[in-house]
Amino acid sequence: MAALLHSILAFLQASWVELLCGFLIVLVVPLIAGYVVLVERKVMADMQARLGPMRVGPHGLLQPIADALKLLIKEDLIPDGADQLVFWFAPVLSMTAALTSMGAVAFGPWFQVARDINIGLLFVVGISALGPFGIVLGGWASNNHYSIIGAIRSTAQLISYETTAGFALVSGFLLSGTLKVSGIVEQQRADQVWYVFLAPVGFFTYLVASIAETNRAPFDLPEAESELVAGYMTEYSGFRWSLYFLAEYANMIVVGAVGTTLFLGGWLRPFPNVRWMGWLDAMPAILLAGTGVYCIVRAGRQPVKVQSVFMWAVAAACFVIALLSALVEIAHVANAWKPAAFRPPDLFRFLGAMHSGLYGAFWFVLKVSAYIYIFMWLRFTLPRFRFDQLMRLGWHILIPLALVNVLGVGVGLVLKSALGWSGALAIVAMLPTTVATIVVAVFLIRWNDKYAVAASASAAASPSAQEDFDAG
Amino acid sequence: MALRAVNRGNLTDTVHDDAFEKADTLFGADELVINMGPQHPSTHGVLRVKLKLDGERVIGSECVIGYLHRGVEKIAENRTYQQFAPYVDRMDYVAAVSNGLGYCEAVEKLLMVEAPPRARVVRTILAELQRIASHLLWLGTHALDIGALTPLFYCMREREEILKIFEKYCGARLTTHAFRIGGLQYEAYDTLEKDVERFCEDFEARVQEYSDLLTGNSIWIGRTRSIGLLNAADCVALGASGPILRAAGVKWDLRKQAPYAAYDRYQFEIPVGSRGDTYDRYMVRLEEMRQSRLICLQAIANIPPGPIMARVGKVLKPPPGEVYHAIEAPKGILGYYIVSDGGTQPYRVRIRPPSFVNLQALDKMIRGHLVTDVVAIIGTLDIVLGEVDR
Repeated sequence: MAALLHSILAFLQASWVELLCGFLIVLVVPLIAGYVVLVERKVMADMQARLGPMRVGPHGLLQPIADALKLLIKEDLIPDGADQLVFWFAPVLSMTAALTSMGAVAFGPWFQVARDINIGLLFVVGISALGPFGIVLGGWASNNHYSIIGAIRSTAQLISYETTAGFALVSGFLLSGTLKVSGIVEQQRADQVWYVFLAPVGFFTYLVASIAETNRAPFDLPEAESELVAGYMTEYSGFRWSLYFLAEYANMIVVGAVGTTLFLGGWLRPFPNVRWMGWLDAMPAILLAGTGVYCIVRAGRQPVKVQSVFMWAVAAACFVIALLSALVEIAHVANAWKPAAFRPPDLFRFLGAMHSGLYGAFWFVLKVSAYIYIFMWLRFTLPRFRFDQLMRLGWHILIPLALVNVLGVGVGLVLKSALGWSGALAIVAMLPTTVATIVVAVFLIRWNDKYAVAASASAAASPSAQEDFDAG
Repeated sequence: MALRAVNRGNLTDTVHDDAFEKADTLFGADELVINMGPQHPSTHGVLRVKLKLDGERVIGSECVIGYLHRGVEKIAENRTYQQFAPYVDRMDYVAAVSNGLGYCEAVEKLLMVEAPPRARVVRTILAELQRIASHLLWLGTHALDIGALTPLFYCMREREEILKIFEKYCGARLTTHAFRIGGLQYEAYDTLEKDVERFCEDFEARVQEYSDLLTGNSIWIGRTRSIGLLNAADCVALGASGPILRAAGVKWDLRKQAPYAAYDRYQFEIPVGSRGDTYDRYMVRLEEMRQSRLICLQAIANIPPGPIMARVGKVLKPPPGEVYHAIEAPKGILGYYIVSDGGTQPYRVRIRPPSFVNLQALDKMIRGHLVTDVVAIIGTLDIVLGEVDR
């Protein structure tokens, strides 16, 4: 017994950081996902000429909390014919996969969520690929026709688009030469260029595949509301439903983080090696100060006094953080002028650490947000694919394209090393194969269109369907 | 195989009845029968469609209607002619003005009176606005069914303007009861022309907005082109009318063929399609909205002065006889067959609702397509269950 206790203590002592991180992920990520939902609703409202949630808190800012509360106190329903254990387990599996894969994501050089493992992105991709099992099992366990169709669709879709995403990632890994998250980003700093410019086709295929992987419109067929009611989630309600829902949004964050790390330079600012662009480092401070000024301007116009006090408080917080953040910049500049004469006091060391965390997280979060914004934008603009069209897009266009792209990047790399070019010149070295890949893409799309027209014409005039009708 | 395993559960209870004979499917598994509706987000109310599926392909279907049956035709036999008028608004509740127009004109025909010219022009304006409103609602929900979320809100925005005009005219927005037998109850309000003109001015650009979102979109084309084909012969055989018939290439519109209200005064085109698929029906309806706008503009330019009511008594006693009057409602031909026995109440009213007749084409249109397309095809039929079930 004592030995057991001892080993538990030893385990806790050895890995308390990871445990703490896990705890934080479970606490924080659902909250962030909830607010992504709010942002999505606001963006949707903006695109659709309306206001979106406005009732709970100022501009609906407390809406996610109200929603979570509502879902928590709802009745816990398990349908009669359902497989209870699997029904209970499936959403947990989805959520677990989404949260676990967050562990290897890094927000900044000093801000790894859990641990910088050497197979970093592979771990993220592998674990997040477990999520669809939750969908399939949930659809199966619900014992409902709509659910099972949603689950089957989800399986087929995931198999097809994981392949594309994998090949797209391979083209990135070829460039970075490592799977380690910090290594990939540092390599992009060393190469002086984000990989999206070296492998644009790779980034594009990953973008499309990641939309399909997270079951977002226009690829949201497993939960296609207008066809399958709610797809695999039809029988789910209350907290279980919210687990699925949060898993979807957590997955969005994960694929956004992977895409950002590999193709968009992770936490690097634009032009990380160009010295005169150094003022970009002060961007968080500038933006925070701007937010503070905005709050002060608006504070006087608030209808209720509590709101204006709140605005003043936010403004003050913004200014304090901005000042602390800017102090480090000032110290850097001072150091650059008189390295010997100016020794930063200890306080500055702490600020320096905070600053690099904040600074990294700022650019990373900004890029992930832009990535997720594209998801939302597409969702509100495009109609939904039909399932056969989705499959055709996957197998006829995206997978061949991703394969050709891997080949193209390989050839480009050989060309680059043969010429000895780096930095911006690497883009020039990659250009011929990129253009060739785009030509292949155009060809694939043309071919697919022709095939699609022929296929739909034959389906519509299918003799068996005609016969069936005459007989009935 | 997966499907067979699922059928071990309680799912088998609800499937197989006499309507469906068993058939072998591609993989030898049992066919899957799913109930689409009556509670389903995309059946536009309480339509229930039993679908027999091979995988996701539809191999048979059966429509179950009547969930919204209120016995409107029977009610007519126990109400006076004027009392029944508000009931017809509740059939196609998204095109109440058109319903009222058809009914009032049918009773006028039975009474052998004619509404004065001013009344007829105002009726035409409101009916055309109603056509636009109905098509807008159709476009929004149809696009939503196919997965485009945003057009719905744009369509609702414009529909709101039309409903505001209705509200100003008669106080109601949805079930308007705008017309009376013999003419109009209310004089056209002072700024009617101005309101309609302002709406028409904006509307041209707004239609273009929807068109930009959908017409050239390759996903939209992929989802609607060659889906739900219904050729001219089938349309005629099934009695389908309205945009469905015109999309199949038949230039048949009662506003031209048998002009009523004041349509003979105005110039407008009847858009027709060529293939008779969902995309053509979309294009036809879009163009119809533009043409309705032109009719409105022509009508407000010259609203003749004069009385708004013909001379009809307070108590309507049509001579014994029968009458059939049909108009081109937004969804197709809306006919009223009224039999009078000389009393104050109709002896029998039979209504030919366009949605009900068009819905018959559903089975023919969805066979061989996927479940996904069923939703698109129900959308393109533009049915309103209040009208189907009456």
